[in-house]
Amino acid sequence: MARGAAADKSFDVSTATSWVRGRGVYVAFVVLVIFNLIVTPNFASVVTLSTLLITVSPIILVSLGVALAIGTEGIDLSVGSVMALASAFLPLYLGYGWPVAVLVVLLVGALAGLVNGSLVAFVGVQPIIATLALLVGGRGLAQIFAGGQSLPITDPTVLWLGQGRLFGIPAPVILAAAAVLVVGFLVNRTTFGRYVVAVGGNRSASFLSGHPVRRTLLAVYVISALLAALAGIVATARLGASDPSNIGLLIELSAITAVVVGGTPLSGGRVKIMGTVMGALLIQLITNTFIANDLPFTWAQVLTAAIILVAVYLQKGRGTA
Amino acid sequence: MATRTADPHTTGGKFTWRERLFTTLQKRGAIAVLILVVAVSALAFDNFLTAQNLQNIVLQGAFLGLIVVGMTFVIISGGIDLSVGSLLALGGVLAALTVPVFWPLALILPPLFCGLIGFGNGLLIAKAKMAPFIVTLAGLLGIRGLALAFAGERPIGIDGGSPFAWFGQGQIFGVAVPIIVVLVAFAVGGLVLARTSYGRVIFAIGGNEESARLMGLPVDRTKIIAYTTSGALAGLAGALLAARLSAGDPNGGLAWELDAISAVVVGGTLLTGGAGSISGSLAGVLLLSILQNLINQVGTLGSYAQQLVSGFFLIVVVVAQAYLTRRQRV
Repeated sequence: MARGAAADKSFDVSTATSWVRGRGVYVAFVVLVIFNLIVTPNFASVVTLSTLLITVSPIILVSLGVALAIGTEGIDLSVGSVMALASAFLPLYLGYGWPVAVLVVLLVGALAGLVNGSLVAFVGVQPIIATLALLVGGRGLAQIFAGGQSLPITDPTVLWLGQGRLFGIPAPVILAAAAVLVVGFLVNRTTFGRYVVAVGGNRSASFLSGHPVRRTLLAVYVISALLAALAGIVATARLGASDPSNIGLLIELSAITAVVVGGTPLSGGRVKIMGTVMGALLIQLITNTFIANDLPFTWAQVLTAAIILVAVYLQKGRGTA
Repeated sequence: MATRTADPHTTGGKFTWRERLFTTLQKRGAIAVLILVVAVSALAFDNFLTAQNLQNIVLQGAFLGLIVVGMTFVIISGGIDLSVGSLLALGGVLAALTVPVFWPLALILPPLFCGLIGFGNGLLIAKAKMAPFIVTLAGLLGIRGLALAFAGERPIGIDGGSPFAWFGQGQIFGVAVPIIVVLVAFAVGGLVLARTSYGRVIFAIGGNEESARLMGLPVDRTKIIAYTTSGALAGLAGALLAARLSAGDPNGGLAWELDAISAVVVGGTLLTGGAGSISGSLAGVLLLSILQNLINQVGTLGSYAQQLVSGFFLIVVVVAQAYLTRRQRV
């Protein structure tokens, strides 16, 4: 795209390039939608749209938390395992009613976030390693609690969270949209959001300015884990059964991809919520395009990899991590 | 590295015994823990110290060990290589595909092709100044896709009668071939890191890349070589693993990059770069394999317990490291 603009002499090249840099993910998404409208049969239908939105919902939920962590110059690799923990705990407490079960799951999520956050904020362990430990250990713990088996979910309220609709809009989509609004508000309109960006931009400077650096980091990892737990509930409800060995597997990769493609630099100091949402939509749409056209799915992975590299290459002028 | 403290209880200018203890623990902790774990296991399990079991432990860690040698170089230089698990799968698939054509090629092509991909990673990181985490994350995704596409999404069998199988299953003087290969790799890696100017430059880059550049050290070339080596070793590990299993599995090596990073970090190499050792990484790999071996010996614990123990172990090690390095810098 940048090259097309460069070929047109009447265009201001640098303005066009920086415009594409900032909005590359939107451009790529629009291009892919147009491609699908032409090539994929029945693409412009409600079913296609709602499938896309439902499948992308857990990824969006998780990506929002990862975007916050990356904004503080950190990362959260444990989100997939927190989803597995949520999935394992959900059926265990449904006997006490759905509010108790959901509350317990969110508490487990918050606890996982506290562990990550404490290691990062107070012990000074690097985020990649602190959350790597929970990525490795968390899924094992989830399988131990689930006794290595998949339990069915029968509670109608919980099932609604994954399969229900409100005014025709699927419940997972509503939850994801609500999370986007809340996190977007937190990042763009609150002091907490300012602190996140400040800590990511320059941790020492932020500390010397009297910002509550440690509390901010702790809060970021707790929010990330809470969102992951919510994503775990949605994914489990959609499946109708707990599945700690598969739910959320490798989702951290999709989430990091969505965040980075969406324009949040790995070096921190900037969080792009809408970019992250578009990034998640883009990678899910790539997958769906390959499936809908019966193309070998493996090449979708190669294409996603290429898109990550191009997106990051275009951003690199803004500092490297 | 360790700075002198203003501890009132000591005469200035000398390291206190505590500082020395902490520094030694941080650097050599993995080896100390390894000796301790071996001693306890030998007492607790009758058949732990048998030649067969020890060989099993080392063989289990051999393929990961090859990857860990390359990863140690990359991490000391301040980078990271997430693509190694996928490269291992690609190496195995390439080996399985080339055995029917001309079997010696199956030993050459995987390290060559995977080394070339590593070279590409290195170029993007050193020349295009992209973050190692992201470049190799894209590698993790894309290379896995390539391996699956090449293999037609299913494992490819290797004829057990082929001389190629010997490189995974054969023995020299009773020692399995992959073990000999990985020991050679560790020996060469250790020598290069500790005794050559290339090794010095790796430490310099990890310590402070900008200073290394201003000193006129060949920063870009050194980084590119490190990622190329990491890729080539992962490809070789894939080929040897395929020879051992008589199949190239495009789904093999899943999450091995995490095991490799754990082994390196457990071995006392700092993820921030600039400090670490190959011998520590060897101890790290052996510790991870012993952990798995012990869990198998106990028998009642499932594979879940192993994940849990590995994760917990990693936490303990990094918390201890964070504490010890903080002590040094006070």
